[in-house]
Amino acid sequence: MPSHEEVFAKVRTALVDALGVDEDEVTPEATMVGDLGAESIDFLDIVFRLEKAFDIKIPRGELFPEDILNNAEYVHDGKVTADGIDQLKKRMPFADLGKFESNPVVQDFVLVLTVQDLVRYVEGKLNQQAKV
Amino acid sequence: MRWFWIDRYVEFDVGVRATAIKALTLAEEHLHDHFPGFPVMPNSLVLEGMAQTGGLLVSQQHDFMRNVVLAKVNFARFHLPARPGDTLRYRAKIENLKQEGASVSLTSHIGDQLQAEAEVFFASVDDIAEGQRLIPHEKFMDWLRMLRLFEVGRHPDGRPLIETIEVEAGPPVAVPVASGPHRIVPPPSHSRVGETR
Repeated sequence: MPSHEEVFAKVRTALVDALGVDEDEVTPEATMVGDLGAESIDFLDIVFRLEKAFDIKIPRGELFPEDILNNAEYVHDGKVTADGIDQLKKRMPFADLGKFESNPVVQDFVLVLTVQDLVRYVEGKLNQQAKV
Repeated sequence: MRWFWIDRYVEFDVGVRATAIKALTLAEEHLHDHFPGFPVMPNSLVLEGMAQTGGLLVSQQHDFMRNVVLAKVNFARFHLPARPGDTLRYRAKIENLKQEGASVSLTSHIGDQLQAEAEVFFASVDDIAEGQRLIPHEKFMDWLRMLRLFEVGRHPDGRPLIETIEVEAGPPVAVPVASGPHRIVPPPSHSRVGETR
């Protein structure tokens, strides 16, 4: 199992290659969309690179739960419902959703994801794999 | 619309790689403005040709039923000018493929020399187009025939790649097609990446 620093370094490389940002811009707190300028097509590029770098499989919706965010059951008046937030938390244990929870405007969700969330996601996958 | 920046396929290995050629000629009008007295193919059109080579490779993985568009260019480098009389050989290789998009590496050669290289991303844009085809399926098949794709296309097991015919929902019907054997596929909502035949 790679160390936290090793995982972070590989995630950083993936982001530098996919987004064309400098290494020093990729801090743990940096948000993917706000700080690093990631767009939707970039997320797929990042998924490909992470799969390759860590030899993991990232199914659609696991990293970015578009099916919850696009579900009328979980979104009312542009905001994610309490049920929706529960679903998001279950689906994304690696993400820190505290800030989003205080004002869950669905359009803002994409701004939530940080580099640290990504690192935690990868670590979670590697742990799962190690147990198998 | 005649936005063909490749002339024909010479190799089309389903799901893996494809090679197409583009012959450059002084009969192409824009070359006389680019530049006057020194015609060179604009790099943007070299990129377009490389992308077309790879884009159809990706599109085939969706049975040519989804709208596949160039969405991102990770990098593109141009090493040599491409001039009338040159034949560009474009090679595309699928690096990664999922339902929603694919990354493809591309090269362009003049003879043995590397003329250009790029890494690009294609997206399947059905969500935006709401299932509507950007180009009618039959017209699209005409284009692929013009590019002689089905003359060289083959699956990994050596079987030839054959044309697909779209039918309305309902039991499949045999449709006589002048150009030879064909495969019936249902409309877009049923198509799946990676389905084996």
